[in-house]
Amino acid sequence: MRKDIILSIENVSKQYRLGQIGTGALGHDLNRWWHRIRGKEDPYLKIGEVNDRSTKGTSDYVWALKDINFKVERGEVVGVIGKNGAGKSTLLKLMSRVTSPTTGEINFGGRVASLLEVGTGFHGEMTGRENIFLNGAILGMTKKEIASKLDEIIEFSGCERYIDTPVKRYSSGMYVRLAFAVAAFLEPEILIVDEVLAVGDAEFQKKAIGKMQDISRGGGRTVLFVSHNMAAVKQLCSKVIVLEFGTVVFEGNTNDGIEYYLQSNQYDGYIGHYVNEAVEESGFVSLALLDKNDAIRTEFGFDELITIKINVKVTEQHLNSHIGFRVIDRNERVIFTSEIELASEIDKDGLYQFEVKLPQQFLVPNKFKLTFGMHIPNVALIDYQEECLSFEIVETGSDFHMYGNNDYGCIFVDCNWNLIKVN
Amino acid sequence: MSIKNTKETWLFSISPNNKFFSINFNEIWQYRDLLFLFVKRDVITAHKQTVLGPLWYLIQPLFTSITFTIIFNNLAGIETGSVPPFLFNLTGIAVWNYFTSCLTGTSNTFANNAGIFGKVYFPRMISPLSKVISNLLKFGIQLIILTVFYLYFYLNGAAISLNFSFILFPFIVLIIGIFGLGLGMIISSMVTKYRDLNYLVGFGVQLLMYVSAVMYPMALVQQKMPNFVWLVKYNPLAYIIESTRHMILNVGQLSIGGLVYTLGVTIAVFIVGILLFNRTEKNFIDTV
Repeated sequence: MRKDIILSIENVSKQYRLGQIGTGALGHDLNRWWHRIRGKEDPYLKIGEVNDRSTKGTSDYVWALKDINFKVERGEVVGVIGKNGAGKSTLLKLMSRVTSPTTGEINFGGRVASLLEVGTGFHGEMTGRENIFLNGAILGMTKKEIASKLDEIIEFSGCERYIDTPVKRYSSGMYVRLAFAVAAFLEPEILIVDEVLAVGDAEFQKKAIGKMQDISRGGGRTVLFVSHNMAAVKQLCSKVIVLEFGTVVFEGNTNDGIEYYLQSNQYDGYIGHYVNEAVEESGFVSLALLDKNDAIRTEFGFDELITIKINVKVTEQHLNSHIGFRVIDRNERVIFTSEIELASEIDKDGLYQFEVKLPQQFLVPNKFKLTFGMHIPNVALIDYQEECLSFEIVETGSDFHMYGNNDYGCIFVDCNWNLIKVN
Repeated sequence: MSIKNTKETWLFSISPNNKFFSINFNEIWQYRDLLFLFVKRDVITAHKQTVLGPLWYLIQPLFTSITFTIIFNNLAGIETGSVPPFLFNLTGIAVWNYFTSCLTGTSNTFANNAGIFGKVYFPRMISPLSKVISNLLKFGIQLIILTVFYLYFYLNGAAISLNFSFILFPFIVLIIGIFGLGLGMIISSMVTKYRDLNYLVGFGVQLLMYVSAVMYPMALVQQKMPNFVWLVKYNPLAYIIESTRHMILNVGQLSIGGLVYTLGVTIAVFIVGILLFNRTEKNFIDTV
């Protein structure tokens, strides 16, 4: 069976020079030129390190991308995900011909249009109508094409009333809607989109995602989509590529890819594990956050099973104590507290392990802290570990994902909606 | 299951191989609508919310000519022959203005457009090209005021007339545009890495005016300072200005050798400009 490959990236790498580009560069340039004249290799191509932003490194050159290889078939919607700094935008820049690769080749089997930013080339002094033409031409359309779609674009943007006013008077929402409207009517065979859906209000985002779905399913167009919005990626993409430190670490099914990405995103300031071997009488020996595979994690999809493993040492005199934990969100709101009477489970002193399974699809995507306590209610506090564990619930496709950063509550609640009367 | 790659039929490829002379005229023609819209944008936005609008294009050459006439002709005593000094200066200034506007408009293309160049692809040459074309309109307006004063002096009996070589005038304008574009592209490319050049261009252009025979005839330098005549003789711009005065005011000589020299320099500068520009556009966004 013949696969219709429309985009092929082979051995692509991109090297950048760090630091100030000043008088040192002239010396480097002359050195490079001198090597090239003699037919030798570029002396700076050999140097270069992996692009890990958290370490200082020793070289002035880094590989933002190294040995990228993948192929895209016609009609696929491919999501490109990865941590900040993994090389996603660099890859898109290469594919948009904004900059050229240091090594390798990118081959296209169709017309390309890039959306790296909304409103590229918009000039504040010109009216919305004039900017539609300018922006459309910049994105690659001809005047005729734009003129034939002008009415549709204006209608999609919802700015009809202001279409002949200079764009500098527009609200930011109108600006973004107009810009996206122009881009929405592009008709390339390959569309490259870089997190443009991160701007705008909820209504706009819904419209944008809807339009992207039309483009990919109806139009049969190939789309490359970079985003941090896991819900959007899950909704739109048939395939996902995960980038880490400039290399492709996963290529395949969307759900697996998102899971891989979440699992490899650890210890970014979150603490998933607490240990205290030196507990004298009673207290918490270790606390850990685990996923369904018993791996310590600090980032979870909203529908994942989170298990808290508690190792606690209990002495004779504390058998009647309670142990429990409190969940607090990033805004210092206490979400809930859960505790258990030790006496109902154990009757001897010793070292015990408890597993608490948090309800799935329960906590709203947010950053959380856990405080653990062991106490005899209203009498004594035996062990108290304040905010010793922290984790994040990531939006991966809940019913409320289109509301983005709006505060719609702390937990998901299933209420019973009954239709009583029809008038 | 075999994957059949129709590798020979890729629409286009991106690779690091910088083919030296890879200018794609076809692509520029494809993007001609964009070129037109850039020119339109420059023209529309230059005068938004101003009171006098394009009238400012008349005030600068006018006042400069008056100043030159007072200082160079009356005070310093530079002779312009049978031609009224004011008209002599005005002609030179109008043409010189076109050159400088082209040069300053294109010599910082990459830095000025880093925003848009960093986000979307189109043949980068469209940007400086659009500046050269939109400056033509400004030049046109200045030619109008030149015509007005020309008629005034003519009707008052001045010894001026159009030389038949005037039909070559559009050709001269073309040379100025191409020369300005070529030089601008060279400077743009180098400025991305070595920003010192910006300062050089800034005051260099001002000084260049004084060795380009704008407010004096070339023959005067030969006469008064024969040791320094090479400064003017090897300046292609001096021939352009002299030739324009010859065509419009029928003064001086039309130096065919000088014009051929100018044409040669222009073509050379243009080619070097394109080569450098092409090489720079691929990766300047990493260093600008």
